[in-house]
Amino acid sequence: MSFELRASLRARNFDVSLSLADGETVAILGPNGAGKSTLLGVIAGLLRPDSGTAKIGGRPLFNLDGGTRLWSAPHLRGTALLAQEALLFPHLNALDNVAFGPRSAGVSKAAARESAGHWLAEVDALPLAHRKPAQLSGGQAQRVAVARALAAQPELLLLDEPMAALDIHAAPLLRRVLKRVLKDRKAIIVTHDVLDAYMLADRVIVVEQGRIAEAGPTRQVLERPRSQFAAGLAGLNLVTGVISGEGITTPDGRVFAGQHDPEWSPVSGQAGVAAFPPSAVSVFLGDVHGSPRNSFAATVTDLEPHGDQIRVRASTGSSAPALSADITPAASADLGLVPGMDVRFVVKAALVSVYPA
Amino acid sequence: MNRQSTSGYHGIPRWVYAVAAVGGLLVVLPLVAMVAKVNWPQFIPLITSESSVAALGLSLRTSAASTILCIVLGVPLALVLARGEFPGQRLLRSFVLLPLVLPPVVGGIALLYTFGRQGLLGKSLELAGIQIAFSTTAVILAQTFVALPFLVVSLEGALRSAGNRYEAVAATLGARPTTVLRRVTLPLVLPGLASGAVLSFARSLGEFGATLTFAGSLEGVTRTLPLEIYLQRESDADAAVALSLVLVAVAVAVVGLSYGRRRNSAEVQA
Amino acid sequence: MRTLHLKTSIVGISVAVGLAGVLAACGTTAPTAAPSGTSGSAQLSGTVTVFAAASLKATFTQLAKDFEAKNPGTKVALSFAGSSDLVTQISQGAPADVFASADTKNMTKLADAKLVEGTATNFATNVLEIAVPPSNPASISSLADLAKPGVKVVTCASQVPCGAATDTVEKASGVSLTPVSEESSVTDVLGKVTSGEADAGLVYVTDVKGAGDNVKGIPFPESDRAVNIYPIATVGTSKNKELAAAFIAAVTSEAGSQVLSDAGFGAP
Repeated sequence: MSFELRASLRARNFDVSLSLADGETVAILGPNGAGKSTLLGVIAGLLRPDSGTAKIGGRPLFNLDGGTRLWSAPHLRGTALLAQEALLFPHLNALDNVAFGPRSAGVSKAAARESAGHWLAEVDALPLAHRKPAQLSGGQAQRVAVARALAAQPELLLLDEPMAALDIHAAPLLRRVLKRVLKDRKAIIVTHDVLDAYMLADRVIVVEQGRIAEAGPTRQVLERPRSQFAAGLAGLNLVTGVISGEGITTPDGRVFAGQHDPEWSPVSGQAGVAAFPPSAVSVFLGDVHGSPRNSFAATVTDLEPHGDQIRVRASTGSSAPALSADITPAASADLGLVPGMDVRFVVKAALVSVYPA
Repeated sequence: MNRQSTSGYHGIPRWVYAVAAVGGLLVVLPLVAMVAKVNWPQFIPLITSESSVAALGLSLRTSAASTILCIVLGVPLALVLARGEFPGQRLLRSFVLLPLVLPPVVGGIALLYTFGRQGLLGKSLELAGIQIAFSTTAVILAQTFVALPFLVVSLEGALRSAGNRYEAVAATLGARPTTVLRRVTLPLVLPGLASGAVLSFARSLGEFGATLTFAGSLEGVTRTLPLEIYLQRESDADAAVALSLVLVAVAVAVVGLSYGRRRNSAEVQA
Repeated sequence: MRTLHLKTSIVGISVAVGLAGVLAACGTTAPTAAPSGTSGSAQLSGTVTVFAAASLKATFTQLAKDFEAKNPGTKVALSFAGSSDLVTQISQGAPADVFASADTKNMTKLADAKLVEGTATNFATNVLEIAVPPSNPASISSLADLAKPGVKVVTCASQVPCGAATDTVEKASGVSLTPVSEESSVTDVLGKVTSGEADAGLVYVTDVKGAGDNVKGIPFPESDRAVNIYPIATVGTSKNKELAAAFIAAVTSEAGSQVLSDAGFGAP
């Protein structure tokens, strides 16, 4: 019972193909406006694409290719949607909210409530059964909403940033609940949070500007990012270019020397990326003596605290991506760093990973 | 300027209170003047006369019927206006709201040429043996015509401010559109529907021009309280004033009760 | 020109009863002879405000025009409404100089309020007539026909003058009507007849005449049992009693009576 989708919606510059194996949970990552919510809307049947097809197992959700105009209504799809806000029906108590799906499927009131009780227990919310949504905290409401979505027995569960509206104390509990209930379940979770991707997803898909920028197993994407967005999530600097003798050469001629996996033999001219943590970058004033490798002029754009370090963001040219360096507050004070200052970034080659794009 | 206030800052300049007081007086003073004019010793006999009781009873019955008709027709109208997408939607909204600004007598004339004996539909209805002119049905039609926009406007506003996110979630949970309407949409906009229904009832109760033009005026059949007041004024000013007071009291009771209830429920929800 | 106007209005919308009435009144030959009697010699000037019953709209509009033409420097301001409305307005201080009522009852009411100067003069009478749509669908030819089953009759309610007259006629003739509607004004009765909703209505002769070709009038002998008398008087609070008296004189003059009788009013 796999899920397959291909859809394009010109008005939103959206064109995505993806598939899910049975029991697989995929995290969709991407900046705001990249098309993540559009993706869920198209799958749930709330948004109609210009063309494309989708099916769960052999059952089509829509087929808008060629002359066919197959479009099944949201309630026939079996794709329950859990949004950022719980959106519990305010006039029903928690139990009846959860019983809503089974009731809509034609189950008797008593049986629906029994099933609702089971799912409330599953999300550790049984004691809240008789409360109205107004009497629930954000985290409690969201757990009830999870139970409500699961009680509808969807073949594919869609989660649209379920943790985004919760305070930092409520999120961990919900994350644990989700980890438990998403196990062996087909689900797509849109998230901003790399932790969600690590904990909940088998695979991540990075969406940028309505297109899939990269996809792969969660660990691989986050440790070896190929898109700026994934690198940002993983807290890495990312530079793209072509493989050259020592590492990669960027389009504007800079060379980033680094290390690569021993089992991979790089071919010069092949597209590649170099990734390195901000802690691998040192900041100097004026010219640097010694090895000129991995040394670049940079202009400080901003400074902000990052843990017990200061993160220095700097631009290295109009077409090159911004790079970050982490230095100690003492070093920052010694250098007298302020935004707009011209400095030199030096990257330790030993800490730069080079791999194909 | 060290004024004590129980709720802290409210940001209303003082002069606004003065203008608001003038506005309030403009509405309240004529009512007070009317109350002062009531012939109290004769009040009970005046309002319990046969024709008064008949008119009040007819008004309450027809207004209740009109309100039900407004709900039956107005809920779907508000739904398609707030949620639907179809060509001519804006035009339809303008037309539905037209009775709000139309002089009632114009509504009466329009209804006459629709449901009257010589009217657009009236001819066919007459052939089918249905006569609307001079009947209580005509009163209800006239009242519904003028009261429908109140329900539609009120409900459409409630539907828009509620948004359709709850409905979308309900649909993905497997609820058919009719189930969504019954179990999610209508309960969500119930306060808006209730206030719309109350306004419609109050408007029906006060309907005069369209009824006079379209339905006629016969005791117990088409002569509602406003028509009775208008007629009594010709001969018996005391009776007209007494009945006016009754109409005001009924309207205040209806609107006040429902507004009070809405406030209470709003506080519980908050 | 006049005939053409008249025709257009008749062919046109049937609700334009009032307009047709005005045009019909204009169509009659206006008297040009000077009003005999009191006015004329003294130099009159200023504005006289006349509150007149709605049924006098066409005739008084004409009479005012004639009066202004005869007395340069004068102006007649007219206000038409139901007689009882006008009494209420005058009692509340409305600046009327002359009050012309459609019945003696309302004039008495004003006199009781000490707002009539001297005594009122009766200047016209009016009797009821049956008004039917031009096609006369129910084939009405007498008062008794109105009592036939299935005939939709609209009358005035007893509270208003034309309704009181209807009651009197019913009682006197022994014909008992069961109207489908008892309207509060003549206009509403005529409206129901012109629109074809009702088969017949009972209104005044002058109303039938004023409605032009939109309705057909059927006189009936029993109508003389309820003759409605129109009194006119100077209002006690008038600031221009001389001009008010002159206008009343013009109304009651021979020429004034001619205008009134052309519109269907009877002699007092």
